[in-house]
Amino acid sequence: MNINLTLIGQVIAFFGFVWFCMKFVWPPIIAAMQEREKKIADGLAAADRASHDLELAQEKALERLKEAKHEAAGIVDSANKRASQIVEEAKTAAITEAERVKTAAHAEIEQETNRAREALRAQVAALTLAGAEKVLGATIDQDAHADLVNKLAAEL
Amino acid sequence: MAGENQTVSEYIVHHLTNLTYGKLPAGYERYDGSIVGDGGAWVMAHGGAEAAAMGFTAIHVDSMAWSIGLGILFSWLFYRVAKKASSGVPSGLTSAVEMIVQFVDNTVRDTFHGRNPLIAPLSLTIFVWIFLMNLMDLVPVDVVPELMMALGVEYHKIVPSTDPNITFGMAIGVLILILYYSIKVKGFGFARELAMNPFNHPLFIPVNLFMEIVGLLAKPFSLALRLFGNMYAGEMIFILIAALFSAGLAWMVPAGLLQIGWAIFHILVITLQAFIFMVLTIVYLSMAHEDH
Repeated sequence: MNINLTLIGQVIAFFGFVWFCMKFVWPPIIAAMQEREKKIADGLAAADRASHDLELAQEKALERLKEAKHEAAGIVDSANKRASQIVEEAKTAAITEAERVKTAAHAEIEQETNRAREALRAQVAALTLAGAEKVLGATIDQDAHADLVNKLAAEL
Repeated sequence: MAGENQTVSEYIVHHLTNLTYGKLPAGYERYDGSIVGDGGAWVMAHGGAEAAAMGFTAIHVDSMAWSIGLGILFSWLFYRVAKKASSGVPSGLTSAVEMIVQFVDNTVRDTFHGRNPLIAPLSLTIFVWIFLMNLMDLVPVDVVPELMMALGVEYHKIVPSTDPNITFGMAIGVLILILYYSIKVKGFGFARELAMNPFNHPLFIPVNLFMEIVGLLAKPFSLALRLFGNMYAGEMIFILIAALFSAGLAWMVPAGLLQIGWAIFHILVITLQAFIFMVLTIVYLSMAHEDH
């Protein structure tokens, strides 16, 4: 247990090893560890962000879906409305057309009737005249009695 | 183990003697009766008396070799890890080393509040190196000395931290760092701190100086003596238990159990002592950096 040169030797060795550790051992190990720590922290942060993003996306998708449903309902609604409108229009058009055709037919019938009546009247006039001629036995001057005949015919 | 031609006290003394290489003074009578000639002689000491006669000009070959060897083991092991250190997934040795580095780094961060790139590697070196030196204590006390004896080496002490030269050497290293950083950080303030500290009056300067210098020197002394005392006492108990083996066959089993028990307890002690040395070094250097 003597104090001797070993003391000096140990002091030198001490500084030698401390220097070596400080120069070659500590910096790379601690740098690698810090880098790994950072990597892990980044990874965790990214995972967090991703799950947050997923949540957002799901929310957005849900919203879009709701919107689309709403839109679809609107389209169907307006289509229905349009269809009933078209049917209504067609109905009105048909009624109008029918009315028109009916009126035209009525007019024609009236016209035909009038015409037939005229013809009939003319023939009655002629017949009357002929009858009268026979009754009177004399020729009735057609020109002289035209007024009379015509008056008669008009009275028929 | 104490041989037939060796008493228990001889056995203990043998186990506590370092392998010393040094210079014997002129005119010294050696163990075989020869007289050392003029100018002295560099020889391996034979026994404690010759080692004592060598005085300061001697070196404990075993302490030095184990200390430096374990230092190299530490450096090599950690350097290997440092070389292939990456931010990828660590495994095996790398994770073990990183665990120690992390532990030391946390301790330094908690205790040392300045900015100094030396402190953390210094602490790591102190912690692992002292731990390895203390670990030698767990090697059964007789294995290496007997082996060396068979190889013709008379004395061998394999636990460097039971050699006060080693513990004081490290403590002096720490003291040098304390002085260096005190002067570097505080400059003239360090001298004022020494001269004016407990009693702030010019009249008290000698008293202050005396007290502060004693306080300053107490730091390395307490570091060195604490480690040395603990390890020396632990080693002594291992040797005493080992000496029981010579008391006859009946003592074999209890002595063996005692060895195991003490070794298990000692695992705690060696780690704790390494840790305490490290923490106190950080604390002292932290104090050296603080400007009041």
